[in-house]
Amino acid sequence: MKLTLTIWRQRDRAAKGRFVSYRLDDVNPEMSMLECLDVLNENLSERGEEPVAFEHDCREGICGSCGFMISGIAHGPLPATTVCQLTMRHFKDGDELVLEPWRSKSFPLVKDLIVDRRSLDRIVQAGGYVSVSTGNTPDGNALPIGKDIADRAMDAAACIGCGACVAACPNGSAALFTGAKIAHLGLLPQGQPERDERAVRMVAQMNAEGFGGCTNIGECVAVCPKQISPEVLARMNLDYLVGSWKHRHGTVTAISPIIGWGPDET
Amino acid sequence: MRLDAKIPAGPIDQAWDTARFEMKLVNPANKRRHTLIVVGSGLAGASAAATLGELGYNVFCFCFQDSPRRAHSIAAQGGINAAKNYQNDGDSIYRLFYDTVKGGDFRSREANVYRLAQNSVRIIDQCVAQGVPFAREYGGSLENRSFGGAQVSRTFYARGQTGQQLLLGAYQALERQVDAGQVKMFPRTEMLDLIVIDGRARGIVARNLVTGRLTIHIADAVILASGGYGNVYYLSTNAKGSNATAIWRAHKRGALFANPCFTQIHPTCIPVSGDYQSKLTLMSESLRNDGRIWVPKRKGDGRSPDQIPEEERDYYLERRYPSFGNLVPRDVASRNAKAVCDEGRGVGTTGLGVYLDLAEAITRLGVGTIRERYGNLLDMYQRITDEDPYKVPMRIYPAIHYTMGGLWVDYHLQSTIPGLFVLGEANFSDHGANRLGASALMQGLSDGYFIIPYTVGNYLTTEKPMKLDESHPEAQAALKGAGQRLKRLLEIKGKRTVDSFHRELGKIMWNDCGMSRNATGLNNAIGQICALREEFWQNVTIPGSGDDLNQSLERAGRVADFLELGELICIDALERNESCGGHFREEYQTTDGEAQRNDENYSYVAAWSYTGADSRPELNREPLAFAYAHPSQRSYK
Ligand SMILES: Cc1cc2nc3c(=O)[nH]c(=O)nc-3n(C[C@H](O)[C@H](O)[C@H](O)COP(=O)(O)OP(=O)(O)OC[C@H]3O[C@@H](n4cnc5c(N)ncnc54)[C@H](O)[C@@H]3O)c2cc1C
Ligand code: FES
Repeated sequence: MKLTLTIWRQRDRAAKGRFVSYRLDDVNPEMSMLECLDVLNENLSERGEEPVAFEHDCREGICGSCGFMISGIAHGPLPATTVCQLTMRHFKDGDELVLEPWRSKSFPLVKDLIVDRRSLDRIVQAGGYVSVSTGNTPDGNALPIGKDIADRAMDAAACIGCGACVAACPNGSAALFTGAKIAHLGLLPQGQPERDERAVRMVAQMNAEGFGGCTNIGECVAVCPKQISPEVLARMNLDYLVGSWKHRHGTVTAISPIIGWGPDET
Repeated sequence: MRLDAKIPAGPIDQAWDTARFEMKLVNPANKRRHTLIVVGSGLAGASAAATLGELGYNVFCFCFQDSPRRAHSIAAQGGINAAKNYQNDGDSIYRLFYDTVKGGDFRSREANVYRLAQNSVRIIDQCVAQGVPFAREYGGSLENRSFGGAQVSRTFYARGQTGQQLLLGAYQALERQVDAGQVKMFPRTEMLDLIVIDGRARGIVARNLVTGRLTIHIADAVILASGGYGNVYYLSTNAKGSNATAIWRAHKRGALFANPCFTQIHPTCIPVSGDYQSKLTLMSESLRNDGRIWVPKRKGDGRSPDQIPEEERDYYLERRYPSFGNLVPRDVASRNAKAVCDEGRGVGTTGLGVYLDLAEAITRLGVGTIRERYGNLLDMYQRITDEDPYKVPMRIYPAIHYTMGGLWVDYHLQSTIPGLFVLGEANFSDHGANRLGASALMQGLSDGYFIIPYTVGNYLTTEKPMKLDESHPEAQAALKGAGQRLKRLLEIKGKRTVDSFHRELGKIMWNDCGMSRNATGLNNAIGQICALREEFWQNVTIPGSGDDLNQSLERAGRVADFLELGELICIDALERNESCGGHFREEYQTTDGEAQRNDENYSYVAAWSYTGADSRPELNREPLAFAYAHPSQRSYK
């Protein structure tokens, strides 16, 4: 099939970016979106032009490296699918696809389709863990955990940290990402001792990184390749409210109401 | 070179206790004065960096991805073994040890494997405490399944995303130490060389992949956990970025490379569909628990599977291996798939595929149970192939998956360069000539959580590395060398892309050093690889510059290393005149086509030393002794 790819090209953060169109005449419907870019890049390289930079690693939809907007939709039109798993048979001969990087002020651009998502790591640093050091742990079966709870925790833990939720959100909120971790750990008995503190600190960090507020629009859930449920947003709000009520010391540095606050500049 | 594996004397079940007791400890107040470098943030690297940080060391951790959470370990699907015997089905530490040694076809070191089996039990406890959401029974206890060639149910799993959940556990522990200021993380930073001063590993040269800047990092010890080298074959189940650069540069600086030809081919991957193919997707072999593998009895049978009646199907694994059936180890399953395809009985448009059929299990257990067990895998299959595995048998074919070989390490996981430790898939230590399913995750975490924290401390107290800084001439020379190499690559400005070289190398390796090997093919391959390497250095084209993000340049450096490592793999395969595990030499097989080991002459670890660009590597042998698991022909009949 024939396709036109219109791709955002930008050498680095300081440079000016622009869209460039490339025609591909021989796209095999079985190839993935990334393999399609590979083919384009081989052609560009043979001509001595710089290939399109895009992030990828596992190509199995699990590492969370890949991701860009395809004609306005994060990870493209197929639900529950990352761009590395999106095969070209889902497009029509003659289509034009517009590829753009995630746009968010908390994800500074690196090059072409690549952005810097370290802000997500910093949210995890702010308590997205159980504080247990290696060594002195009880037997794995000492703590029974009902299958329901284990399954729900697993549903939330399935987040791959790709950032599509942020890119899709009109507010640029990272609430689905943050909520997924808060829910995963907060559902499990191991996560209880730090549950309040975790929610408060992680939300504070999310705010400090400049992510927007969640107004329950739901775009994040629609594009999430792992179909993280909006339930995690509710859990985050609950834990945050309870946490900030109970722990009114020190750590609540960036109090913002969870629902209904907007980006700084309106 | 005499290789001292430093295996403690005495009974095997006390070896690790003895070793730990004999190891010297670092005074708690002194730990923060030691800087340690960890290259890699996969299961091995992240668990090591987190634990060393918890102990109070000052840790620098490096990975080439944008976040440590993306390391290739994230992709592991099936599960992790542990000798918990929760199922009361006869498992024990000794049995896990025995299975692993036997599964490795008696080419691994007994003491290491025994320790691995011992540690397995604690790994599960640790991961549960971190909040890893393992599968549970309704009553709340941990669930297990049998996996890849085991007759007991000892595999713990988190849906089809076990690697992801274990890695996130280790990653969160790592981020906790970043938050505590104990670990400094360097994402998007690639190690390009090892700095060796006075015979000891003292640091690395690394490149910031965004700015292109090269920097020196000095430490008291260097820990490599950079993963396996399966991508030397181009098409593999590994992540695209997985590479051998860190271990290969260390090899060139003096670390011996052990058993490079021991590579594992995984029997259940989605078959290749076209030339553009960039990687192969694994379908977890847990599917073999419920799926039956077959091909038509008749050659060239073009009918669709539902048109082929039961009596015209050949369930060849069940037929040849009645006691293990579809659960034979990976090497056996892969070779048999190749054999039926070579006979012309393969399925799919390319004829390189066999059926994995869930129909019987769906009838027996119902669609619901199958969906619960394998839902996400089957969805992935459908997404890629556009076929519904609940209705049509899946097509699978073997692919390169794992590398048992790696840098040689002793019982302390120390390489032949003092102060250089190697963990996880990057070392050669525990899997012999073939790895059993669900044991790589176990090994990575055993190395990182429970072994390195002891052995590195012992090294620091006994060796007392002296103070030095980056102005040291050796460090400066390594920095300059790395810079010159990048410059040389960029200046070639030839005509062929990096990927075209990589693909060609992969084809050579797969054809002549893949599922089965013979002397003629290997000699051929060595000649071809040398010629390809020469062409690479004259004709590769790398657009762009070295001072910003340049993915072609990153790949070029890795492919240049693969072009050297590929040759070593073939040399090792040629030298090993026997068949064992994943290494099948056609000249050495039993009358019924099974691998024929030669214990008399080849019961050793082949550890190669680098002797220079144009000279033949030198073979050093570490003899293997089996006092507990007695070598027998592996039989799964
Ligand atoms: C698809 C798939 C499924 C699997 N399923 C299972 C399973 O079910 N059970 C099981 O036990 N095993 C499984 N395995 C094997 C297992 O996943 C790996 O062997 C294991 O995860 C390797 O872990 P590691 O920590 O050694 O290395 P990796 O996870 O590969 O990590 C390597 C790290 O090193 C870094 N790195 C590499 N080179 C450099 C450099 N030069 N500079 C800086 N950083 C560098 C990378 O950034 C990365 O962080 C599977 C493998 C695959 C491919
Ligand atoms: S490349 Fe890993 S999720 Fe797409």
